[in-house]
Amino acid sequence: MKILVPVKRVVDFNVKIRVKPDGSGIDLANVKMSMNPFDEIAVEEAVRIKEKGGASEVVVVSIGPAKSQETLRTALAIGADRAILVETADTPVEPLAVAKILKAIVEAEKPDLVILGKQAIDDDCNQTGQMLSGLLGWPQGTFASKLELTDGAAVVTREVDGGLETVRLKMPAVVSTDLRLNEPRYPSLPNIMKAKKKPLDTKKPEDFGVDIAPRLNVQKISEPASRKAGVRVGSVAELVQKLKTEAGVL
Amino acid sequence: MTILLLAEHNNGALHAATGKAVAAAKDIGGDIHVLVAGHNAKPAAEAAAKLVGVAKVLHADAPHLEHGLAEEVAALVVPMMSSYDVFVAPATTSGKNVAPRIAAALDVMQLSDITKVLSADTFERPIYAGNAIQTVQSPEAKKIITVRISAFPSVDETGSAAVESIDAPAALGLSTFERAELTKSDRPELSAARIIISGGRGLQSGENFTKYLEPVADVIGAAVGASRAAVDSGFVPNDMQVGQTGKVVAPELYIAVGISGAIQHLAGMKDSKIIVAINKDGEAPIFQVADYGLVADLFQALPELEAELKKAG
Repeated sequence: MKILVPVKRVVDFNVKIRVKPDGSGIDLANVKMSMNPFDEIAVEEAVRIKEKGGASEVVVVSIGPAKSQETLRTALAIGADRAILVETADTPVEPLAVAKILKAIVEAEKPDLVILGKQAIDDDCNQTGQMLSGLLGWPQGTFASKLELTDGAAVVTREVDGGLETVRLKMPAVVSTDLRLNEPRYPSLPNIMKAKKKPLDTKKPEDFGVDIAPRLNVQKISEPASRKAGVRVGSVAELVQKLKTEAGVL
Repeated sequence: MTILLLAEHNNGALHAATGKAVAAAKDIGGDIHVLVAGHNAKPAAEAAAKLVGVAKVLHADAPHLEHGLAEEVAALVVPMMSSYDVFVAPATTSGKNVAPRIAAALDVMQLSDITKVLSADTFERPIYAGNAIQTVQSPEAKKIITVRISAFPSVDETGSAAVESIDAPAALGLSTFERAELTKSDRPELSAARIIISGGRGLQSGENFTKYLEPVADVIGAAVGASRAAVDSGFVPNDMQVGQTGKVVAPELYIAVGISGAIQHLAGMKDSKIIVAINKDGEAPIFQVADYGLVADLFQALPELEAELKKAG
Protein backbone atom coordinates (compact mmCIF):
# COMPACT_ATOMS: atom_id res chain seq x y z
CA MET A 1 0.00 0.00 0.00
CA LYS A 2 1.16 3.48 -0.85
CA ILE A 3 0.38 6.66 1.10
CA LEU A 4 0.62 10.17 -0.34
CA VAL A 5 1.11 13.06 2.08
CA PRO A 6 0.82 16.65 0.81
CA VAL A 7 2.68 19.20 2.98
CA LYS A 8 2.81 23.00 3.01
CA ARG A 9 5.54 25.41 4.02
CA VAL A 10 4.08 28.11 6.26
CA VAL A 11 5.16 30.72 8.80
CA ASP A 12 6.23 28.86 11.94
CA PHE A 13 3.38 28.60 14.43
CA ASN A 14 5.43 30.34 17.15
CA VAL A 15 5.98 33.47 15.06
CA LYS A 16 3.85 36.51 15.81
CA ILE A 17 3.11 37.73 12.29
CA ARG A 18 3.27 41.38 11.23
CA VAL A 19 0.73 42.88 8.87
CA LYS A 20 2.37 45.22 6.32
CA PRO A 21 1.24 48.80 6.96
CA ASP A 22 0.19 49.29 3.32
CA GLY A 23 -2.32 46.44 3.60
CA SER A 24 -0.65 44.39 0.87
CA GLY A 25 0.00 41.31 2.98
CA ILE A 26 2.04 39.76 5.77
CA ASP A 27 5.69 40.69 6.22
CA LEU A 28 7.55 37.43 5.53
CA ALA A 29 11.09 38.87 5.37
CA ASN A 30 13.44 36.94 7.69
CA VAL A 31 10.53 35.07 9.26
CA LYS A 32 11.06 31.46 10.37
CA MET A 33 9.19 29.04 8.11
CA SER A 34 8.21 25.46 9.01
CA MET A 35 6.00 22.62 7.95
CA ASN A 36 2.31 23.30 8.62
CA PRO A 37 1.75 21.59 12.02
CA PHE A 38 -1.29 19.61 10.83
CA ASP A 39 0.76 18.32 7.87
CA GLU A 40 3.54 17.23 10.23
CA ILE A 41 0.94 15.12 12.03
CA ALA A 42 -0.07 13.68 8.64
CA VAL A 43 3.54 12.71 7.81
CA GLU A 44 3.98 11.15 11.25
CA GLU A 45 0.77 9.11 10.86
CA ALA A 46 1.80 7.81 7.43
CA VAL A 47 5.27 6.88 8.68
CA ARG A 48 3.80 5.08 11.70
CA ILE A 49 1.52 3.06 9.41
CA LYS A 50 4.56 2.11 7.33
CA GLU A 51 6.62 1.21 10.39
CA LYS A 52 3.83 -1.11 11.57
CA GLY A 53 3.94 -2.85 8.17
CA GLY A 54 0.71 -1.27 6.93
CA ALA A 55 2.27 0.55 3.99
CA SER A 56 5.16 -0.05 1.60
CA GLU A 57 5.88 3.53 0.58
CA VAL A 58 5.21 7.07 1.82
CA VAL A 59 5.46 9.79 -0.82
CA VAL A 60 5.38 13.46 0.23
CA VAL A 61 4.47 16.30 -2.09
CA SER A 62 4.59 20.06 -1.70
CA ILE A 63 3.27 22.77 -3.97
CA GLY A 64 5.11 26.02 -3.39
CA PRO A 65 8.31 27.99 -3.91
CA ALA A 66 11.72 26.31 -4.31
CA LYS A 67 12.35 26.62 -0.57
CA SER A 68 9.55 24.11 0.05
CA GLN A 69 12.37 21.60 -0.57
CA GLU A 70 13.35 22.18 3.06
CA THR A 71 9.86 21.22 4.17
CA LEU A 72 10.01 18.08 2.05
CA ARG A 73 13.44 17.20 3.51
CA THR A 74 11.91 17.49 6.99
CA ALA A 75 9.19 15.04 5.94
CA LEU A 76 11.84 12.70 4.54
CA ALA A 77 13.73 12.93 7.84
CA ILE A 78 10.59 11.92 9.74
CA GLY A 79 10.57 8.82 7.54
CA ALA A 80 8.91 9.44 4.17
CA ASP A 81 10.57 7.61 1.27
CA ARG A 82 10.60 10.15 -1.54
CA ALA A 83 9.36 13.62 -2.37
CA ILE A 84 7.81 15.58 -5.20
CA LEU A 85 8.09 19.38 -5.36
CA VAL A 86 5.67 21.20 -7.64
CA GLU A 87 7.51 24.47 -7.88
CA THR A 88 5.57 27.72 -8.10
CA ALA A 89 6.40 31.40 -7.73
CA ASP A 90 6.51 32.86 -4.24
CA THR A 91 2.81 33.78 -4.28
CA PRO A 92 0.03 31.82 -2.56
CA VAL A 93 -1.67 29.03 -4.52
CA GLU A 94 -5.37 28.62 -3.73
CA PRO A 95 -6.68 25.32 -2.34
CA LEU A 96 -8.71 24.59 -5.50
CA ALA A 97 -5.57 24.73 -7.68
CA VAL A 98 -3.64 22.71 -5.10
CA ALA A 99 -6.38 20.06 -5.11
CA LYS A 100 -6.28 19.88 -8.92
CA ILE A 101 -2.50 19.36 -8.96
CA LEU A 102 -2.82 16.74 -6.20
CA LYS A 103 -5.51 14.96 -8.20
CA ALA A 104 -3.12 14.68 -11.15
CA ILE A 105 -0.38 13.37 -8.84
CA VAL A 106 -2.78 10.84 -7.31
CA GLU A 107 -3.69 9.60 -10.80
CA ALA A 108 0.01 9.14 -11.61
CA GLU A 109 1.14 7.69 -8.26
CA LYS A 110 -2.00 5.66 -7.47
CA PRO A 111 -1.81 5.81 -3.68
CA ASP A 112 -4.40 3.95 -1.59
CA LEU A 113 -4.58 6.70 0.98
CA VAL A 114 -3.92 10.44 1.06
CA ILE A 115 -3.31 11.92 4.53
CA LEU A 116 -3.02 15.69 4.89
CA GLY A 117 -3.50 18.46 7.44
CA LYS A 118 -7.04 19.70 7.98
CA GLN A 119 -5.97 23.29 7.36
CA ALA A 120 -2.91 25.42 6.82
CA ILE A 121 -2.23 27.87 9.62
CA ASP A 122 -1.58 30.74 7.20
CA ASP A 123 -4.75 31.07 5.09
CA ASP A 124 -6.88 28.96 7.50
CA CYS A 125 -8.98 27.74 4.55
CA ASN A 126 -9.67 24.13 5.60
CA GLN A 127 -10.53 23.10 2.04
CA THR A 128 -7.82 21.13 0.24
CA GLY A 129 -8.58 17.63 1.56
CA GLN A 130 -12.31 17.90 0.95
CA MET A 131 -11.74 19.38 -2.52
CA LEU A 132 -9.28 16.63 -3.44
CA SER A 133 -11.60 13.83 -2.34
CA GLY A 134 -14.47 15.51 -4.18
CA LEU A 135 -12.47 15.80 -7.40
CA LEU A 136 -11.37 12.16 -7.12
CA GLY A 137 -14.82 10.91 -6.13
CA TRP A 138 -13.22 9.33 -3.05
CA PRO A 139 -14.63 9.25 0.48
CA GLN A 140 -13.23 11.67 3.04
CA GLY A 141 -12.51 11.45 6.75
CA THR A 142 -11.80 14.98 7.94
CA PHE A 143 -10.48 16.21 11.32
CA ALA A 144 -9.20 12.75 12.29
CA SER A 145 -8.12 12.03 15.85
CA LYS A 146 -7.77 8.28 15.21
CA LEU A 147 -7.16 6.24 12.08
CA GLU A 148 -7.37 2.45 11.74
CA LEU A 149 -6.90 0.51 8.52
CA THR A 150 -8.78 -2.79 8.26
CA ASP A 151 -10.06 -4.94 5.38
CA GLY A 152 -9.82 -2.32 2.65
CA ALA A 153 -11.43 0.31 4.83
CA ALA A 154 -10.18 3.31 6.78
CA VAL A 155 -12.00 3.73 10.08
CA VAL A 156 -11.68 7.37 11.07
CA THR A 157 -12.65 8.93 14.39
CA ARG A 158 -13.42 12.58 13.70
CA GLU A 159 -13.36 15.55 16.05
CA VAL A 160 -16.77 17.16 15.58
CA ASP A 161 -18.42 20.07 17.41
CA GLY A 162 -20.36 17.90 19.84
CA GLY A 163 -17.65 15.32 20.55
CA LEU A 164 -16.37 12.45 18.40
CA GLU A 165 -17.81 10.69 15.37
CA THR A 166 -16.54 7.51 13.72
CA VAL A 167 -16.95 6.80 10.00
CA ARG A 168 -15.84 3.88 7.84
CA LEU A 169 -14.39 4.86 4.46
CA LYS A 170 -13.95 2.57 1.46
CA MET A 171 -10.36 2.79 0.25
CA PRO A 172 -8.89 4.64 -1.55
CA ALA A 173 -9.71 7.59 0.67
CA VAL A 174 -8.60 11.02 1.84
CA VAL A 175 -8.02 11.62 5.56
CA SER A 176 -7.36 15.07 7.08
CA THR A 177 -5.66 15.30 10.44
CA ASP A 178 -6.62 17.08 13.63
CA LEU A 179 -4.25 17.88 16.49
CA ARG A 180 -4.82 14.84 18.66
CA LEU A 181 -4.10 12.19 16.01
CA ASN A 182 -0.48 11.83 17.18
CA GLU A 183 2.57 13.72 18.42
CA PRO A 184 5.13 14.03 15.64
CA ARG A 185 8.65 12.88 16.46
CA TYR A 186 11.77 15.01 16.29
CA PRO A 187 13.87 13.59 13.44
CA SER A 188 17.21 12.18 14.61
CA LEU A 189 20.47 13.53 13.21
CA PRO A 190 21.24 10.31 11.27
CA ASN A 191 17.76 10.45 9.75
CA ILE A 192 18.25 14.11 8.80
CA MET A 193 21.50 13.10 7.05
CA LYS A 194 19.80 10.16 5.34
CA ALA A 195 16.95 12.39 4.19
CA LYS A 196 19.40 14.47 2.15
CA LYS A 197 20.03 11.46 -0.09
CA LYS A 198 16.41 10.47 -0.61
CA PRO A 199 14.95 11.19 -4.09
CA LEU A 200 13.22 14.54 -4.67
CA ASP A 201 11.58 15.19 -8.05
CA THR A 202 10.81 18.72 -9.17
CA LYS A 203 7.83 19.48 -11.38
CA LYS A 204 5.87 22.54 -12.52
CA PRO A 205 2.09 23.14 -12.37
CA GLU A 206 2.12 23.16 -16.20
CA ASP A 207 3.30 19.54 -16.15
CA PHE A 208 -0.14 18.70 -14.79
CA GLY A 209 -2.04 21.15 -17.02
CA VAL A 210 -3.31 23.08 -14.03
CA ASP A 211 -3.80 26.85 -14.14
CA ILE A 212 -2.82 28.23 -10.72
CA ALA A 213 -3.87 31.84 -11.33
CA PRO A 214 -5.90 32.92 -8.27
CA ARG A 215 -9.68 32.96 -8.62
CA LEU A 216 -10.28 35.31 -5.69
CA ASN A 217 -9.10 38.93 -5.43
CA VAL A 218 -7.53 39.69 -2.10
CA GLN A 219 -8.11 43.42 -1.77
CA LYS A 220 -6.24 43.99 1.45
CA ILE A 221 -4.88 42.43 4.61
CA SER A 222 -5.42 44.44 7.76
CA GLU A 223 -4.78 44.27 11.48
CA PRO A 224 -7.66 42.94 13.53
CA ALA A 225 -9.39 45.37 15.87
CA SER A 226 -7.20 45.48 18.94
CA ARG A 227 -8.41 45.01 22.46
CA LYS A 228 -7.07 47.07 25.30
CA ALA A 229 -6.37 45.82 28.77
CA GLY A 230 -9.04 46.95 31.21
CA VAL A 231 -8.84 47.36 34.95
CA ARG A 232 -7.55 45.18 37.75
CA VAL A 233 -9.99 44.47 40.53
CA GLY A 234 -8.92 43.86 44.09
CA SER A 235 -11.41 41.23 45.14
CA VAL A 236 -14.06 38.80 43.94
CA ALA A 237 -16.76 41.03 45.48
CA GLU A 238 -15.53 44.03 43.50
CA LEU A 239 -15.46 41.93 40.33
CA VAL A 240 -19.06 40.78 40.71
CA GLN A 241 -20.19 44.31 41.56
CA LYS A 242 -18.48 45.74 38.43
CA LEU A 243 -19.90 43.01 36.18
CA LYS A 244 -23.34 43.81 37.50
CA THR A 245 -23.37 47.60 37.50
CA GLU A 246 -20.60 48.72 35.13
CA ALA A 247 -20.60 46.01 32.46
CA GLY A 248 -24.23 45.01 32.87
CA VAL A 249 -23.61 41.40 31.89
CA LEU A 250 -24.94 39.68 35.00
CA MET B 1 -29.98 36.31 -6.52
CA THR B 2 -30.96 33.06 -4.81
CA ILE B 3 -29.10 31.53 -1.90
CA LEU B 4 -29.11 27.89 -0.86
CA LEU B 5 -28.28 27.58 2.83
CA LEU B 6 -27.38 24.25 4.42
CA ALA B 7 -29.07 23.79 7.80
CA GLU B 8 -27.13 22.49 10.79
CA HIS B 9 -29.33 20.08 12.74
CA ASN B 10 -29.50 16.65 14.34
CA ASN B 11 -32.77 15.67 12.63
CA GLY B 12 -34.82 16.16 15.79
CA ALA B 13 -33.81 19.79 16.31
CA LEU B 14 -32.30 22.70 14.44
CA HIS B 15 -28.93 23.99 15.65
CA ALA B 16 -28.55 27.68 16.52
CA ALA B 17 -25.77 27.91 13.91
CA THR B 18 -28.41 27.81 11.17
CA GLY B 19 -30.05 31.06 12.29
CA LYS B 20 -26.69 32.80 12.41
CA ALA B 21 -25.85 31.63 8.89
CA VAL B 22 -29.24 33.01 7.80
CA ALA B 23 -28.20 36.39 9.27
CA ALA B 24 -25.09 36.33 7.07
CA ALA B 25 -27.14 35.28 4.04
CA LYS B 26 -29.50 38.23 4.64
CA ASP B 27 -26.47 40.55 4.53
CA ILE B 28 -25.55 39.06 1.13
CA GLY B 29 -29.12 39.64 -0.06
CA GLY B 30 -31.55 37.63 -2.18
CA ASP B 31 -34.05 34.82 -1.66
CA ILE B 32 -32.88 32.38 1.00
CA HIS B 33 -33.82 28.71 0.66
CA VAL B 34 -32.77 26.50 3.57
CA LEU B 35 -31.88 22.89 2.80
CA VAL B 36 -32.57 20.41 5.59
CA ALA B 37 -30.88 17.16 4.55
CA GLY B 38 -31.48 14.40 7.05
CA HIS B 39 -33.62 11.46 8.07
CA ASN B 40 -36.86 11.87 10.01
CA ALA B 41 -35.84 15.50 10.12
CA LYS B 42 -39.31 17.04 10.00
CA PRO B 43 -38.86 18.84 13.35
CA ALA B 44 -35.65 20.46 12.07
CA ALA B 45 -37.33 21.48 8.80
CA GLU B 46 -40.26 23.00 10.69
CA ALA B 47 -37.89 24.93 12.96
CA ALA B 48 -35.99 26.22 9.91
CA ALA B 49 -39.25 27.51 8.43
CA LYS B 50 -39.61 29.82 11.44
CA LEU B 51 -36.30 31.62 10.85
CA VAL B 52 -37.04 35.17 9.75
CA GLY B 53 -35.69 35.88 6.27
CA VAL B 54 -36.13 32.35 4.95
CA ALA B 55 -38.27 32.21 1.79
CA LYS B 56 -38.55 28.43 1.57
CA VAL B 57 -37.34 25.26 3.28
CA LEU B 58 -36.33 22.30 1.14
CA HIS B 59 -36.49 19.06 3.04
CA ALA B 60 -34.63 16.02 1.68
CA ASP B 61 -35.26 12.95 3.80
CA ALA B 62 -33.41 9.65 3.32
CA PRO B 63 -31.66 7.12 5.58
CA HIS B 64 -28.26 7.88 4.01
CA LEU B 65 -28.64 11.57 4.88
CA GLU B 66 -29.18 10.94 8.60
CA HIS B 67 -25.62 11.68 9.71
CA GLY B 68 -24.72 14.43 7.24
CA LEU B 69 -21.97 12.43 5.51
CA ALA B 70 -20.11 14.85 3.24
CA GLU B 71 -20.18 12.56 0.19
CA GLU B 72 -23.96 12.11 0.34
CA VAL B 73 -24.81 15.72 1.15
CA ALA B 74 -22.53 17.02 -1.63
CA ALA B 75 -24.16 14.63 -4.12
CA LEU B 76 -27.52 16.13 -3.16
CA VAL B 77 -26.41 19.78 -3.29
CA VAL B 78 -24.23 19.86 -6.43
CA PRO B 79 -27.05 19.33 -8.97
CA MET B 80 -29.29 21.75 -7.04
CA MET B 81 -26.71 24.52 -7.50
CA SER B 82 -27.71 24.96 -11.16
CA SER B 83 -30.66 26.97 -9.77
CA TYR B 84 -28.67 28.95 -7.17
CA ASP B 85 -26.05 31.70 -7.19
CA VAL B 86 -24.73 31.25 -3.67
CA PHE B 87 -24.27 28.32 -1.30
CA VAL B 88 -23.94 29.17 2.38
CA ALA B 89 -23.13 26.83 5.27
CA PRO B 90 -22.24 27.60 8.88
CA ALA B 91 -18.51 27.03 9.50
CA THR B 92 -19.24 24.22 11.95
CA THR B 93 -17.40 20.91 11.64
CA SER B 94 -20.22 19.63 9.41
CA GLY B 95 -20.35 22.75 7.23
CA LYS B 96 -16.56 22.77 6.88
CA ASN B 97 -16.67 19.10 5.97
CA VAL B 98 -19.11 19.37 3.08
CA ALA B 99 -18.74 22.87 1.54
CA PRO B 100 -15.32 22.45 -0.15
CA ARG B 101 -16.48 19.17 -1.71
CA ILE B 102 -19.33 21.09 -3.34
CA ALA B 103 -17.00 23.94 -4.37
CA ALA B 104 -14.60 21.54 -6.08
CA ALA B 105 -17.42 19.83 -7.98
CA LEU B 106 -18.59 23.23 -9.25
CA ASP B 107 -14.99 24.35 -10.00
CA VAL B 108 -15.36 27.30 -7.63
CA MET B 109 -12.89 28.65 -5.09
CA GLN B 110 -14.58 28.75 -1.67
CA LEU B 111 -14.67 31.64 0.80
CA SER B 112 -14.09 30.06 4.22
CA ASP B 113 -15.18 31.35 7.60
CA ILE B 114 -16.40 34.83 6.63
CA THR B 115 -16.88 37.24 9.54
CA LYS B 116 -18.38 40.21 7.65
CA VAL B 117 -20.31 40.80 4.43
CA LEU B 118 -19.10 44.03 2.78
CA SER B 119 -21.14 43.53 -0.40
CA ALA B 120 -22.72 40.62 -2.27
CA ASP B 121 -19.29 39.52 -3.51
CA THR B 122 -16.82 41.01 -0.99
CA PHE B 123 -16.17 39.65 2.47
CA GLU B 124 -13.87 39.80 5.47
CA ARG B 125 -12.34 36.64 6.87
CA PRO B 126 -9.68 36.03 9.50
CA ILE B 127 -6.35 34.48 8.52
CA TYR B 128 -3.30 33.50 10.61
CA ALA B 129 -5.54 32.47 13.50
CA GLY B 130 -7.27 35.82 13.53
CA ASN B 131 -4.02 37.80 13.68
CA ALA B 132 -4.89 39.38 10.34
CA ILE B 133 -8.11 40.10 8.46
CA GLN B 134 -8.37 39.47 4.74
CA THR B 135 -10.76 41.47 2.58
CA VAL B 136 -11.54 39.26 -0.40
CA GLN B 137 -13.71 39.66 -3.47
CA SER B 138 -15.03 36.71 -5.45
CA PRO B 139 -15.66 37.16 -9.17
CA GLU B 140 -16.76 33.48 -9.41
CA ALA B 141 -20.12 32.88 -11.13
CA LYS B 142 -21.24 30.93 -8.07
CA LYS B 143 -20.13 31.59 -4.54
CA ILE B 144 -19.51 28.90 -1.94
CA ILE B 145 -19.30 30.42 1.52
CA THR B 146 -18.91 29.20 5.07
CA VAL B 147 -19.86 31.57 7.87
CA ARG B 148 -18.14 32.00 11.24
CA ILE B 149 -21.22 31.79 13.41
CA SER B 150 -19.80 33.73 16.37
CA ALA B 151 -19.57 36.78 14.08
CA PHE B 152 -23.29 36.98 13.27
CA PRO B 153 -26.40 37.46 15.43
CA SER B 154 -29.28 34.99 15.44
CA VAL B 155 -32.42 35.86 13.49
CA ASP B 156 -35.86 35.83 15.10
CA GLU B 157 -37.95 32.68 14.97
CA THR B 158 -41.30 34.21 14.11
CA GLY B 159 -41.40 33.40 10.40
CA SER B 160 -43.54 30.86 8.57
CA ALA B 161 -41.88 29.76 5.34
CA ALA B 162 -43.28 26.85 3.34
CA VAL B 163 -41.60 23.46 3.68
CA GLU B 164 -41.21 21.59 0.40
CA SER B 165 -40.10 17.96 0.20
CA ILE B 166 -37.45 17.19 -2.38
CA ASP B 167 -36.03 13.87 -3.56
CA ALA B 168 -32.58 12.76 -2.51
CA PRO B 169 -30.32 11.01 -5.01
CA ALA B 170 -29.51 7.34 -4.35
CA ALA B 171 -26.88 6.64 -1.72
CA LEU B 172 -23.25 6.61 -2.95
CA GLY B 173 -22.16 4.38 -0.08
CA LEU B 174 -18.54 5.60 -0.18
CA SER B 175 -18.57 6.03 3.58
CA THR B 176 -20.75 4.82 6.40
CA PHE B 177 -21.47 6.23 9.82
CA GLU B 178 -20.35 3.92 12.63
CA ARG B 179 -20.99 5.77 15.88
CA ALA B 180 -20.94 9.09 17.68
CA GLU B 181 -19.69 9.79 21.18
CA LEU B 182 -21.30 13.11 21.89
CA THR B 183 -20.77 14.87 25.17
CA LYS B 184 -24.01 15.15 27.11
CA SER B 185 -24.53 18.17 29.30
CA ASP B 186 -27.37 20.12 30.84
CA ARG B 187 -25.38 23.31 30.44
CA PRO B 188 -25.68 25.55 27.35
CA GLU B 189 -23.59 24.68 24.32
CA LEU B 190 -20.37 26.67 23.91
CA SER B 191 -21.26 28.03 20.49
CA ALA B 192 -24.64 29.37 21.67
CA ALA B 193 -23.94 30.42 25.26
CA ARG B 194 -24.39 33.98 26.55
CA ILE B 195 -21.84 33.38 29.31
CA ILE B 196 -18.82 31.06 29.17
CA ILE B 197 -16.46 30.17 31.97
CA SER B 198 -13.28 28.40 30.82
CA GLY B 199 -10.51 26.69 32.74
CA GLY B 200 -6.88 26.22 31.82
CA ARG B 201 -3.87 24.31 33.02
CA GLY B 202 -4.20 26.20 36.32
CA LEU B 203 -7.16 23.99 37.24
CA GLN B 204 -4.64 21.11 37.54
CA SER B 205 -7.14 18.27 36.99
CA GLY B 206 -10.50 17.27 35.56
CA GLU B 207 -11.83 16.80 39.09
CA ASN B 208 -11.13 20.46 39.79
CA PHE B 209 -13.26 21.45 36.78
CA THR B 210 -16.13 19.59 38.47
CA LYS B 211 -15.34 20.81 41.95
CA TYR B 212 -14.51 24.48 41.34
CA LEU B 213 -15.57 25.63 37.85
CA GLU B 214 -18.88 23.89 37.24
CA PRO B 215 -20.64 25.16 40.41
CA VAL B 216 -19.89 28.74 39.31
CA ALA B 217 -21.16 27.96 35.79
CA ASP B 218 -24.41 26.61 37.22
CA VAL B 219 -25.10 29.73 39.29
CA ILE B 220 -25.03 31.97 36.19
CA GLY B 221 -26.20 29.46 33.55
CA ALA B 222 -22.84 29.49 31.79
CA ALA B 223 -21.29 27.02 29.37
CA VAL B 224 -17.98 25.48 30.43
CA GLY B 225 -14.97 25.72 28.15
CA ALA B 226 -11.28 24.91 28.37
CA SER B 227 -7.95 25.95 26.94
CA ARG B 228 -5.94 23.66 24.69
CA ALA B 229 -3.49 23.12 27.54
CA ALA B 230 -6.30 21.73 29.72
CA VAL B 231 -7.53 19.48 26.90
CA ASP B 232 -4.05 18.25 26.00
CA SER B 233 -3.38 17.50 29.67
CA GLY B 234 -6.42 15.22 29.58
CA PHE B 235 -8.48 17.22 32.11
CA VAL B 236 -11.52 17.54 29.84
CA PRO B 237 -12.65 16.29 26.38
CA ASN B 238 -11.65 18.07 23.17
CA ASP B 239 -15.12 19.41 22.38
CA MET B 240 -14.75 21.81 25.31
CA GLN B 241 -11.76 23.51 23.74
CA VAL B 242 -12.00 27.21 22.98
CA GLY B 243 -9.35 28.51 20.61
CA GLN B 244 -8.17 28.67 17.04
CA THR B 245 -8.10 24.89 16.79
CA GLY B 246 -11.22 24.42 18.92
CA LYS B 247 -14.35 26.51 19.03
CA VAL B 248 -14.39 30.20 18.25
CA VAL B 249 -16.83 31.92 20.58
CA ALA B 250 -18.05 35.46 21.21
CA PRO B 251 -20.34 35.44 24.26
CA GLU B 252 -21.42 38.50 26.22
CA LEU B 253 -19.26 37.45 29.13
CA TYR B 254 -16.17 35.24 28.98
CA ILE B 255 -14.49 34.28 32.25
CA ALA B 256 -10.99 32.79 31.82
CA VAL B 257 -9.76 31.00 34.91
CA GLY B 258 -6.20 29.71 35.21
CA ILE B 259 -5.60 30.39 31.52
CA SER B 260 -2.37 32.15 30.61
CA GLY B 261 -3.67 33.45 27.28
CA ALA B 262 -1.70 31.77 24.51
CA ILE B 263 -2.29 33.29 21.05
CA GLN B 264 -4.18 30.19 20.02
CA HIS B 265 -6.65 30.59 22.90
CA LEU B 266 -7.07 34.35 22.41
CA ALA B 267 -7.96 33.72 18.77
CA GLY B 268 -10.95 31.74 19.96
CA MET B 269 -12.45 34.23 22.42
CA LYS B 270 -11.12 37.74 21.87
CA ASP B 271 -14.36 38.90 20.22
CA SER B 272 -16.30 38.32 23.45
CA LYS B 273 -18.05 41.45 24.69
CA ILE B 274 -16.63 41.39 28.22
CA ILE B 275 -13.59 39.32 29.20
CA VAL B 276 -12.72 38.50 32.81
CA ALA B 277 -9.38 36.92 33.72
CA ILE B 278 -8.61 35.22 37.01
CA ASN B 279 -5.00 34.10 37.26
CA LYS B 280 -2.41 34.02 39.99
CA ASP B 281 0.29 35.24 37.59
CA GLY B 282 -0.24 38.97 37.19
CA GLU B 283 2.05 38.96 34.14
CA ALA B 284 -0.05 36.42 32.19
CA PRO B 285 -0.88 37.67 28.66
CA ILE B 286 -4.60 37.02 29.26
CA PHE B 287 -4.67 40.26 31.31
CA GLN B 288 -3.77 42.24 28.17
CA VAL B 289 -7.16 41.47 26.65
CA ALA B 290 -9.25 41.30 29.83
CA ASP B 291 -11.72 44.04 30.72
CA TYR B 292 -11.55 42.95 34.35
CA GLY B 293 -8.52 41.18 35.78
CA LEU B 294 -8.22 39.57 39.17
CA VAL B 295 -4.83 38.33 40.33
CA ALA B 296 -5.72 35.56 42.72
CA ASP B 297 -5.39 31.87 43.50
CA LEU B 298 -8.30 30.33 41.64
CA PHE B 299 -8.89 27.68 44.31
CA GLN B 300 -9.81 30.50 46.69
CA ALA B 301 -11.36 32.85 44.13
CA LEU B 302 -13.79 30.35 42.56
CA PRO B 303 -15.66 29.38 45.77
CA GLU B 304 -15.80 33.09 46.64
CA LEU B 305 -17.13 33.86 43.16
CA GLU B 306 -19.78 31.17 43.53
CA ALA B 307 -20.89 32.68 46.85
CA GLU B 308 -20.87 36.29 45.58
CA LEU B 309 -22.84 35.37 42.46
CA LYS B 310 -25.42 33.54 44.58
CA LYS B 311 -25.71 36.64 46.75
CA ALA B 312 -26.02 38.90 43.69
CA GLY B 313 -28.54 36.37 42.29
